[in-house]
Amino acid sequence: MGKKVEELPQLKQFQEWFDKRHEYAKEWKKKNGGKVVGYYCTYCPEEILYAAGVLPVRILGSHEPESITRPYLHDMYCPFCHDTLAQGLQGRYDYLDGATLAQSCLHMRQSYFSFVDRVPNIEWSYYLHFPHGVNNPHAAEYLRGELEKFKAAVEEWTGTTITNKELDEAIEVYNKNRQLMKQVFELRKSENPPITGLHAMHMVVSSQMVDKRDHNEVLESLLEDLKDVEVERETGTRLILIGSEDDDRSFLELVEYGINYPATFVYEECCTGARYFWDEVKPKEDRLMALAERYVYRIPCPAKDWAAGKLIRRRFQHIERVIKDYNVQGAIITQMKFCDPHELDIPSLRDLFDKHDVKHLTLELDITQPVGQFRTRVEAFLEAMGEEDLFF
Amino acid sequence: MEVKVRPLECWNDFKKYREEYYKNYLEAKEKGGIRWAGSAWAFDAIPKGLGEDVYPLTGEPYGATCAFYHDFSRQCLETIERRGVARDLCGYMRNYWGSIAQNKYLLADGTIVEPFPKPDFNFTIHICCTHAKWYHYAAELEGGVPTFAVDISVGPGYLLDDKKINYVVKQLNDAIAWMEKITGREYDDELLIKAVYAEADSMSTWAKICKLNQAKPAPLEEKSMFSLYVLNLINRSDPEVAKLYHKLHDEVESRVKRGIGALTFEQFRFLTDNPPPWAFLKVYRYLEKEYGAVSLGAIYTFGLAGGWLGMDEKGEKWIWEPAPTPEEAGVEITNREEALRWTAEYNLRYRASWQHEYSHWIRKLETYQMIKDWNADAIIMHINRGCELWNMSTLEVRDYLVKQGVPVATYEGNMADPRDFDEARTFNVIDSFMQSMGIEKLSGK
Repeated sequence: MGKKVEELPQLKQFQEWFDKRHEYAKEWKKKNGGKVVGYYCTYCPEEILYAAGVLPVRILGSHEPESITRPYLHDMYCPFCHDTLAQGLQGRYDYLDGATLAQSCLHMRQSYFSFVDRVPNIEWSYYLHFPHGVNNPHAAEYLRGELEKFKAAVEEWTGTTITNKELDEAIEVYNKNRQLMKQVFELRKSENPPITGLHAMHMVVSSQMVDKRDHNEVLESLLEDLKDVEVERETGTRLILIGSEDDDRSFLELVEYGINYPATFVYEECCTGARYFWDEVKPKEDRLMALAERYVYRIPCPAKDWAAGKLIRRRFQHIERVIKDYNVQGAIITQMKFCDPHELDIPSLRDLFDKHDVKHLTLELDITQPVGQFRTRVEAFLEAMGEEDLFF
Repeated sequence: MEVKVRPLECWNDFKKYREEYYKNYLEAKEKGGIRWAGSAWAFDAIPKGLGEDVYPLTGEPYGATCAFYHDFSRQCLETIERRGVARDLCGYMRNYWGSIAQNKYLLADGTIVEPFPKPDFNFTIHICCTHAKWYHYAAELEGGVPTFAVDISVGPGYLLDDKKINYVVKQLNDAIAWMEKITGREYDDELLIKAVYAEADSMSTWAKICKLNQAKPAPLEEKSMFSLYVLNLINRSDPEVAKLYHKLHDEVESRVKRGIGALTFEQFRFLTDNPPPWAFLKVYRYLEKEYGAVSLGAIYTFGLAGGWLGMDEKGEKWIWEPAPTPEEAGVEITNREEALRWTAEYNLRYRASWQHEYSHWIRKLETYQMIKDWNADAIIMHINRGCELWNMSTLEVRDYLVKQGVPVATYEGNMADPRDFDEARTFNVIDSFMQSMGIEKLSGK
């Protein structure tokens, strides 16, 4: 008999890091004496910070009601940007030495600027002019120039010189993390995926919070254990999760553990899922160019995915591959309320799922989720999918 | 004090140009011409090199025109919502998409015609989260119209360097090759050069006109300015537009010299912020008639259509001075590369509305400086649910201005969705605000 998935210590570790992210960062500072930088969006070239001995941690929300951001952010800005700013204003990120944003959507931009202006412990901040047009052929070259400035600013602030050797080491650690998480995701193609979407979310989000070296150790050991793991739960409907910052545990628990019809997320196409780690840095003599290409050519966020001559969306092409490779039967599109880049894609995304005969359900996320209402809607969705089998 | 008021002599010229603009786009194919659609922020000089029979349709002014005719707007909005489009997206864009989805086209005088004229291509820029994706989906709605968007997200003008400008210039070169391919036309650099000169002329002249509104009494009020500034948003690289702005400039200059005002009684001067609720421009007339309050302009009206020096080189101070044209800068444009470089740099450096997207600090300085330079008594800010770009930083700016001692009123609405506007509440806000400052209604005096 193999080990039971839910009892695997590595999954518990991911969850603990997820739950105690702030404690981890404070402990890391104490132990390493280094600086910690919060970043808003996954387009941040973390490798450069890591090469300078800095711990990059993602700034995420806590999914608790708040009422302190309204003087600074408009009501129709997304819950994520309100939630993250609220964390800063409440002092939850009081250990951060700096904050950075690789230019992404407007809401995050506004939240970032308010964060760095109003969170008193932020001594260094950097707004990286990351290109929006990642589908044009000049974006990587342009980004390379911006990374040069970013690297110089990090060096000046930390009083270090980031050599090629340090960059290579950082790239290696980060690539290893990406490879290991991808191997875990590979296992989810099987008929009975060993882990759920909830586990995957804990794994990916914790990787955004902790030192990648620590994370890699746990991932390697997890992959060993997953070889003979015992999957007790019924997989049920194979789902893909489409969204952005899908780190609300209550929602994933609801879909995979709280409904009468079995269902499992086999892939998360979101920035707390595969979009964060899917693509590696391909080593090059020019390290900054290698990094620029990785970040420009990664699976794009909808904010950056639009026509520059060809009427294509690279993210959609990736989703089509995932549908096939992971035998996806249904899609839950989680729309962060007021998130324009996602909203702008949704009508076409629904058409794409229809084309592939993948049933889909769109749910609008807020800081906290209407779990009762979602239960009814997800159950109805799964039940309707099952009815087709009955009629057949 | 009562001042002299005169209607603008060139008012009908501007009106006529706008009416013909929408008609020309509609009838382009009858003339064997080319239609292109894109944002009002697109590099509109670029398609000009395809010939003299190239007709644009810029989406934001079209969306605003729809909003003005609010029955048509409602039909557009409801049609596109039935297709699953979110209600909180850009109001202009939803009107535009809804117009396509209904296959109905609105002319400037409110006439509705069918079908919606399909463009030969879409050409736009991308600075907010919407622009390029707007035309991506529009292209899909219209069965696959070729679409090209230029990424201009390189940061504010004072941080420009050669690499940033080159990034945009390279994309513009690609766009020309792409346009030649999809239209089968040979590109004419002379037409491009002419258009680039006209663009800077139109934008810098508009800035000079805005400066004239610093005078007391103000020669223009903002509601009328909406009908004037818009030519720079629909076809600013047309030399005819530049000529009209020169004509307007001379007239406004003459009004200032003769002490002709926009209002008979000017007792209160204020600025606005954000695009207005186009279906409810009566807000402006209410303030004028009831309170003798003149809206002098906004970072929207001035900054979107004008070329301004903007932030100084250190990024510490905003300068509301018109940007130089090529002639004023002593620059001669002789070939494609120079033309592309000029238009890229002019827009990236001097288009005021592109600067403040990169930091609320820029927008704070920009707004506060405008209040000082135009001698405004207050600012009335539209918290606009219809545009997330223009709404970025508004509350931070409000907070900053209040701390500087500037009276600020806010009202919530939507520039292009008439369903998102509470008329009675807005007038209540205005009345309370004016009372709080001791400004009496003219009728009470």
